[in-house]
Amino acid sequence: MLGFVLQRLLQALVVMLAISALVFAGVYGIGNPIDVLISPDATQAIRLATIAAYGLDQPLHIQYRDFLLRLLAGDFGRSFVFNMPVLDLILSRLPATLELTLVAVLGATAIGVPLGMYAGYRPDSIAARLVMALSVIGFSVPTFWIGLVLILTFAVSLGWLPAGGRGETAMLFGTAWSFLTLDGWSHLLLPAVNLSLFKFAMMVRLARAGTREAMLSDTVKFARAAGESDAVILRRHVLRLIAIPIVTVFGLEFGSTLAFAVVTETIFSWPGVGKLIIDSISSLDRPVMVAYLMLVAFLFICINFTVDIAYAALDPRLRVKGAA
Amino acid sequence: MNALLAVENLATHFATRNGLVKAVDGVSFHLDAGEIVGLVGESGSGKTVTGFSLLGLVDAPGRIVGGSIKLEGRELVGLPQAELRKLRGRRVAMVFQDPSATLNPVLTIETQMRLALEAHERVGAAAARDRSADLLTRVGIPDARRRLETYPHQLSGGMRQRVAIAIALLNRPSLIVCDEPTTALDVSIQAQILAQMKALAADFGTALIWISHDLATVSALASRILVMYAGRIVEEGPTGEVLRKPAHPYTQGLLDSLPSIAAPGEDLRQIPGSTPSLANLPEGCAFAPRCAFADAACKSAPATRRTATRAVRCHHPLGEVAWPL
Repeated sequence: MLGFVLQRLLQALVVMLAISALVFAGVYGIGNPIDVLISPDATQAIRLATIAAYGLDQPLHIQYRDFLLRLLAGDFGRSFVFNMPVLDLILSRLPATLELTLVAVLGATAIGVPLGMYAGYRPDSIAARLVMALSVIGFSVPTFWIGLVLILTFAVSLGWLPAGGRGETAMLFGTAWSFLTLDGWSHLLLPAVNLSLFKFAMMVRLARAGTREAMLSDTVKFARAAGESDAVILRRHVLRLIAIPIVTVFGLEFGSTLAFAVVTETIFSWPGVGKLIIDSISSLDRPVMVAYLMLVAFLFICINFTVDIAYAALDPRLRVKGAA
Repeated sequence: MNALLAVENLATHFATRNGLVKAVDGVSFHLDAGEIVGLVGESGSGKTVTGFSLLGLVDAPGRIVGGSIKLEGRELVGLPQAELRKLRGRRVAMVFQDPSATLNPVLTIETQMRLALEAHERVGAAAARDRSADLLTRVGIPDARRRLETYPHQLSGGMRQRVAIAIALLNRPSLIVCDEPTTALDVSIQAQILAQMKALAADFGTALIWISHDLATVSALASRILVMYAGRIVEEGPTGEVLRKPAHPYTQGLLDSLPSIAAPGEDLRQIPGSTPSLANLPEGCAFAPRCAFADAACKSAPATRRTATRAVRCHHPLGEVAWPL
């Protein structure tokens, strides 16, 4: 187990290094930040001074080295736009995205997996067909459109739910969370539904395919031959058998939603990191972009690691010999 | 002895895209309490479907379309699934061919045994553990308490099959359908399990239907043999008699194709041709196209001829037995 963790840690370091090179090349290597930073009518002397101040007159590999050294010191730079440390900026926005993502992905899984299992268990029933039709909609209709329809229906026409913002928040661990208040939940609901529809569709399909396969397996036949009821078989046998692909997709979706909930956050003006990165790109706020991309890579490494650990918990065959 | 199981004219058909497959077509046999009967035939002869029919576990598109299955006097055909479920495991259980596929790879042995127990009664964790460990010991698994905590992949193939047998025995059914339970195992393990199975069946008073394509295994175990071909039972009788003096040319063919230690190096004799597609069986005797004795009479379906202990479904039975028409 320790060996496994060390190996993964080493891999993570390599991945982070590769990402940092890509990010550096992508964001630092291309274009000229000076044009954004100083006014066009500045003198040549000021221009050169600024270039030197940002180290942009150095050769590329020196710039990259300095960039890495700053990263190692935990210095992601200051945002051009907000003029505050980038890390603080992102961390102030992260909880909003985190709670939105958690509600969306957990909700999609908690509803999608049982429905998908039912659709796989009784594939010819009317309920199964309805579920599958819903999943086709979830897959094929664009997020932004669904978001707008949700707002039009529930916020504008019916007036049941607010159209945007985080609503009332409460403090926990020194950060503000919406899910702790009723008003927060009312704000959370629409963007979470919007965000979860695609994931719901994916979970339904995964659970359905897995259940159909498992129901034909000898394991299920043997359990039935022992007199176990279908409800017990689905809950105790099938759910465990199909858990691995579901956990995999859960991890991937959690990561990508956390990083790229851009569309939903924009539509519902949810002040999360997705909205922050879009704003940063349009205002060429480079330090924010760099820190954000590095953070996303780090998040994915953490999620994949957790998923690997979950595999071992779910499937005893994957536990390394002598681990325990 | 009182009849435990009486199967009359059982017919299980599968409506497939290629037509109606009559996997089991008019099968009749009976079984006494505690009796061990071998059900023998090539792949695709309908042995396994017969077994599943007995448990009411025929999956769509298959369906029991006719006949009767009486277990301990109770008619099973037409019984609702909820009632069948209560019988499965408690009155009639089943062991499958491949133990690595039947046991759930992600649950401990203890959990799987407990689920089988809980299917029929409320049982506490400690009691379930005691009963499971006791049965594991009886099927020949040493250090049973520790084994309960293991997962199937940590056990050998033979051990896994013993666990499956223990699960089948857990609720003390009066009949266990064993679908080639030793086929996937080493020969030495096979012999052990056969001996153990025989002893356990005697101990528990459980009747066994031993499905196999292997006459040698069946002869070591069963007191009677049923030979199945193309969805029908073509020969039936006490094991010794059927093996020494087969009456159906198909049984003779099966015996001839057994490798023999007595004549090493000789080519094995084969039954010419292959099992017919069950979707379109020939008129008359299904074995006729492969049979050396076939003639014009075989164009019509043979009736089952019976003596006191034996039965054959053939126009030209072999041997000197006086078969009544």
